[in-house]
Amino acid sequence: MKLLVCISKTPDTTAKISFINDNTTFNTEGVQYIMNPYDEWYALVKALEIKEKAGGTVTLIHVGPKNNETIIRKGLAIGADDAIRIDKDPVDSLDVATQIANAVQDENYDIIFTGKETIEFNNSEVGSMLSELLQLPFVSYATKMDVQDNLARLTRDAGGHEEQVEVTLPILVSASKGLAEQRIPNMRGIMMAKSKALKVVEPVSVESRSEIIAFETPELRSSCTLVDPENMDELVRLLHEEAKVI
Amino acid sequence: MSVLVYAEQNEGVCRKPAFEAVTFARHTADLLGTNCIALTIGNPSNASELGSYGATEVRNISLGWSHFDNLVYAKAIADMAGEVNANVVVLGHSGQGRALAGRLAIRLQAGLVSAVNSLPELVENLIVRKSVYSGKAIASVMVKSPRSVFTIQGNSIPPAKKGTPVEVVEANVTLEESQIKVQTLASESGAISLPDAELVVSGGRGFKGPENWGILEELAEALGAATACSRPVADSGWRPHHEHVGQTGVAIRPNLYIAIGISGAIQHLGGVNNSKTIVVINKDPEAPFFKAADYGVVGDLFEVVPRLTEAVKKHKSG
Repeated sequence: MKLLVCISKTPDTTAKISFINDNTTFNTEGVQYIMNPYDEWYALVKALEIKEKAGGTVTLIHVGPKNNETIIRKGLAIGADDAIRIDKDPVDSLDVATQIANAVQDENYDIIFTGKETIEFNNSEVGSMLSELLQLPFVSYATKMDVQDNLARLTRDAGGHEEQVEVTLPILVSASKGLAEQRIPNMRGIMMAKSKALKVVEPVSVESRSEIIAFETPELRSSCTLVDPENMDELVRLLHEEAKVI
Repeated sequence: MSVLVYAEQNEGVCRKPAFEAVTFARHTADLLGTNCIALTIGNPSNASELGSYGATEVRNISLGWSHFDNLVYAKAIADMAGEVNANVVVLGHSGQGRALAGRLAIRLQAGLVSAVNSLPELVENLIVRKSVYSGKAIASVMVKSPRSVFTIQGNSIPPAKKGTPVEVVEANVTLEESQIKVQTLASESGAISLPDAELVVSGGRGFKGPENWGILEELAEALGAATACSRPVADSGWRPHHEHVGQTGVAIRPNLYIAIGISGAIQHLGGVNNSKTIVVINKDPEAPFFKAADYGVVGDLFEVVPRLTEAVKKHKSG
């Protein structure tokens, strides 16, 4: 089984979000970066579970500059066999999907994983774009997955209800919570990661079709009105008459 | 030139997400001075009603319809976009919409903006707003290509009536045979889908254990609200994962979010701070969530929640 996991870099979940250059650029000062949680906790671990059962290899792919190799090494420490880094700081989802498609189109992976979205842009775009570029069936928001020979059985979150899907490999899967349990790299994994192969690939040129022109931070709530815990009729009155939400 | 909107159905009926998408599409068509054409798949019973939200035509694909397959649907929607010469395609930011949007952007060589939460502006190009950094910021995004694809975040654009029902015309497009098999698992009957819910009641570790969830469910039932939970609650297996709201769970923007026994970690706030009104019930007056709340109740949730349920029932019957 030849498995590929697309990994992305995002600000840490506790990072303070602010902007510079007249609110056009994310302020990276003091921000810690991590592997996107959906990629690390669910996509990568599910790929490892399938490999442990069926044999094969798990390859990581990442579009990003050399600095980002720390997150690739973490993925290798968790258990991936090798990695590909496409040497470009990507400008958008189309860039990421096109770079990955170009690098892997002749590699015949059986299953390609992405996270369901990054916690940075929450777009959920790369999986859908990549599956179209590679003309693969795409199962999004997978919460369970089992593979037998070349048949995958998955459960997907269809928004309010779940669906069971049966599909023949090769496929592309976007990983949602529940698909696997987070693994913490151990010392042996961290040592072994240093000697695993990391191939660097040159990017192709991609023309961007959209652009973020400004950021703003949401308005802070003015202040919290405290309501007497003995008087819930008053809370209901406020929600009905003042907030007008019930 | 036209604006094509895919109006998704749910169990045979077009619901609020479809009307929100049509409302956005009609505004876009007005800005561009063109028509808004709605596309349905599988004959939803109320498809003609899309006309009441501004669709000037409604076309339906019934040939070959069985279950949702994003590969097959994307091809059919792209074919339809070609037929009506659409330069804008609009979808809901639902499970279907998200799976389709990237494919459509590739097929149509269109600029894609996902999870749009505002009506568009036209300043030479179309500009829309969307939430980024898991709700901690808003980005204005400009499309630079002649064609665009947008997905519309639920509960962001109120459906607005304009126009009258129109006759549904069978589209000149067929669906190819799907290569995947899909079986729908029974959803909990009567349960309200969390991403679409207007009222949400959510519980955290303050409940001490899954056996205490009854009072939360009673409050949710009295309000007609969906139920949700914080990450530690889902990770402990007290509640199913799909109820987890927050940065690594579901991001929601209901009219009312009632957080009970949740301290308000920054990762949780990221997923809920676009809610219109937030009520926090917590016994710890120092809980950070109070800083993000509109209304706060400092007290023991095991006493406050049943009291609130009674007050809601009294209000509804009065």
